[in-house]
Amino acid sequence: MSVVTNTTTIGAIDAPSRRNTELVLLAFAVAIPVFAYLNVGLALDGEVPSGMLGYGLGLGLMASVAHIVVRKFARYADPLLLPLATLLNGLGLVLIWRLDQSPRLNARPDFAPQATNQLMYSALGIALFVGVLMILKDHRVLQRFTYISMAAALVLLLLPLVPGLGADVFGAKIWIRVGGFSIQPGEFAKIVIAVFFSGYLMVKRDALALASRRFMGLYLPRGRDLGPILTIWAMSLLILVFENDLGTSLLFFGMFVVMLYVATERTSWIVMGLLMSAGGAVVVAQFASHVQSRVAAWLDPFGCLETAPEGSNMINACDQMTQVLMSFGAGGTLGTGLGQGNSDLISFAANSDFIFATVGEELGLTGVMAFLLLYGLIIERGIRTALAARDPFGKLFAVGLSGAFALQVFVVAGGVMGLIPLTGMTMPFLAAGGSSVIANWALIGILIRISDTARRPAPAPAPSPDAEMTQVVRP
Amino acid sequence: MNKPLRRIAIFCGILVLALLIRDNWLQYVRADELNTHELNRRVQIERYAHQRGNIIVDGKPVTGSVETKGSDFKYKRTYTNGPMWAPVTGFASQAFDANQIEKLEDGILTGNDDRLFFDSTMAMFTGEKKKGGDVVTTLNGKAQEAAFKGLGDKKGAVAAIDPQTGRILALASTPSYDPSVFAGNSLEDSENRQKLLNDKDKPMVNRALRETYPPGSTFKVVTAAAALENGVVEDIDAPTDTPEPYIIPLSRTPMKNSHGDCEKASLNAAMEVSCNSVFANLGDKVSRDKMVETAEKFGFNDAEIDTPVRASASVYNKTMDRGGNALSSIGQFDTATTPLQMAMVTAAIANDGKLMKPYMVDQLRAPDLDVVQTFEPEEMSRPVSQENAQLLQQMMENVVEQGTGTKAQIDGVTVGGKTGTAQHGVGNSKRPYAWFISYAKADNGSPVAVAVVVEDSSGVARDDISGGGLAAPIARDVMKAVLEGKE
Repeated sequence: MSVVTNTTTIGAIDAPSRRNTELVLLAFAVAIPVFAYLNVGLALDGEVPSGMLGYGLGLGLMASVAHIVVRKFARYADPLLLPLATLLNGLGLVLIWRLDQSPRLNARPDFAPQATNQLMYSALGIALFVGVLMILKDHRVLQRFTYISMAAALVLLLLPLVPGLGADVFGAKIWIRVGGFSIQPGEFAKIVIAVFFSGYLMVKRDALALASRRFMGLYLPRGRDLGPILTIWAMSLLILVFENDLGTSLLFFGMFVVMLYVATERTSWIVMGLLMSAGGAVVVAQFASHVQSRVAAWLDPFGCLETAPEGSNMINACDQMTQVLMSFGAGGTLGTGLGQGNSDLISFAANSDFIFATVGEELGLTGVMAFLLLYGLIIERGIRTALAARDPFGKLFAVGLSGAFALQVFVVAGGVMGLIPLTGMTMPFLAAGGSSVIANWALIGILIRISDTARRPAPAPAPSPDAEMTQVVRP
Repeated sequence: MNKPLRRIAIFCGILVLALLIRDNWLQYVRADELNTHELNRRVQIERYAHQRGNIIVDGKPVTGSVETKGSDFKYKRTYTNGPMWAPVTGFASQAFDANQIEKLEDGILTGNDDRLFFDSTMAMFTGEKKKGGDVVTTLNGKAQEAAFKGLGDKKGAVAAIDPQTGRILALASTPSYDPSVFAGNSLEDSENRQKLLNDKDKPMVNRALRETYPPGSTFKVVTAAAALENGVVEDIDAPTDTPEPYIIPLSRTPMKNSHGDCEKASLNAAMEVSCNSVFANLGDKVSRDKMVETAEKFGFNDAEIDTPVRASASVYNKTMDRGGNALSSIGQFDTATTPLQMAMVTAAIANDGKLMKPYMVDQLRAPDLDVVQTFEPEEMSRPVSQENAQLLQQMMENVVEQGTGTKAQIDGVTVGGKTGTAQHGVGNSKRPYAWFISYAKADNGSPVAVAVVVEDSSGVARDDISGGGLAAPIARDVMKAVLEGKE
């Protein structure tokens, strides 16, 4: 080894805690959304919005609480994760509030303002974040819940199919309704299932990696080792077919393949994963009209608007897609300015699935690139945490969470921008939706916990029985 | 496990990179295409998001903007005296797009024109509300009013030009419509527009620029010009060799004259009483190709006369036989012109043979009244020489003094004109069109040339329909209005 790196083991050097860096960044992360809020108010009504003080104080308070907890319970945590999440959450609130003011959306019977709810859910999210840091002193504890997690994840994923509990919203059965609240269990399942995958793969990785035959340069796993990947694959297809949820299905399968690859270091898993998802996609596309219309809208949105039958599911999908594209086009390089665009033309899902189009229109190419880089940074810090983690469980867990996060961002942003077919997932932290914002805060909390463990100075080496003091024997 | 981890990191980087590239493609490369897409409602929203600039006549706007509520469009177009000005302004409707000047100068009127970039940028900094620029027209309010009132409830059109510059002074068309009634986007606007579209009188057609009519005898001035230019006639008072009856070439049909003394009549005398036989004979002698040449110098067969609103092409058939040419020479057969075209013919003669390009937009102004662009008079062609133009003037003045056009006389002013009663329908079955073209002369040349056509003179006995009786008084009033304005 020519270069000495200490990414895996930080050794006994006392790494700087970087808590003050985090504080300064947090100040920015609160100030920028507050100015954005002011900007929207000035653009829409020409006056300082009345809620600005409350909003600023609220966001500031939440950020302070989170920071103090990190300072106390995760002293060595990565300093970027919390400010990035705060900034995204803050800007998301501004964007949702901005869409709440839209007369065009308010004229729709199926539209309700979301900003207040979202602020409440953000507070709940921060509470969960605080809870994770205070209760979960060491992430390795979660290994104990490997199989319980599996069961929990299955329950969460299947809940929307329970009659009377599940709610069919705009064609996707991914919601459950309890009392007045709707919950999207899939968002939480994302984290729970990562626990299961990490625990399972940590134990089985040697078997999966080594017991294989070499065929055409690829290591093919034994038939019985194929079990888990086949199960996950089948489950993803079931979610897709029964819950009409392309996004969640893709997310789980993608996350599993990524973790499998990291655990076994075998490229063959990636190849197999790709083949299986392609196969699954083709099969499902044959009979799921829901997927077909999304694909048609993706291939040629303007064209399919003319060819699609009147009043069909397809024409809605195509119309939405053209509206989203024109929204991005209208933004151009610099955007129209917050509050001055017409992204609300996209209709009802403007504040949830399509909120990224508002970013595109009102903040332009520059704004979208900034947002993508913010997401990129979260993903990068997550993978870095995985690299730095000292235990395989932590590594797998961190890469699973960041991989899922990356896939979600890609699937949503790519779908909205027409790079891939639209899947109907929510942009983490930006989109209106309680489950999403709460689950993502929990995800950030766990990443911070793992990064704290990883960056914490190694404990002093235990005294070795072989290295006892040499006794000086005096004759 | 670190090697695959690094690869996953690279993979995630590629995902983000793909999004960045896609975004650049969408928001930089394709932005313009998406932004101007016909399905993009933003174009309409933006057009009516700010106070639209105005169309100005005599320093006063004939248009306006009012704020509306409850729709995507903030401002609605209003029109002062809409029906009178509709042939000039066109319409701008939130729901039904725009046409004519409203459409052609949309960039200036909305303030989105690149030339207004500086103004809108400054407005952004000073906090002023964005506003559109103005279009200043060449029109003369008094002349327009005289034309519109003169036409009254008759169906017809008037075009008046300043011969020396080509500035359009009046452009009236009846029956007209009020663009205000469908400027919004409500159900009522839609119904109003549908009613106008279904109206069999076609009120939304701009008859002065977009409708062609057989010009009848008014076309004889073009034939006379061709005869003089090509040396077929050298002395306008010398008798021509026209027999009575004159038989249309390649046929056995005699040409009818409504007046007696046409046998061997001189050009001047034939013009005075409008002899068909003499002009058919002259047109035949000039030959089709030379007739086409002269007519085209006056602007016939030109599909691109942009004022800037494009006028329909007037027609002088290039491929007909001798008989057709003889008939066309008296403004029948295939000959068809717009009122603007006949005003151009008159203007060229009144301006001693120089035809100026007709135009109706004088200036484009920024919202702060800075002039963005000024349109200068432009020579279009020289259809006749100065001497011949003066001979034509002499004949046309004769028509008004003692011929068929006496109703166009104005005290103390030299007026030249030519009447026309064009047959209409198969075998002249429908009511004929009454035409009158004329110009007035002042000491320093002619300030106005007018063409009037009355399409359907309801309430007038058929035998009374004549250019001299119906159309000449309207032309006189328009000329008077211009002359009074000059004093």
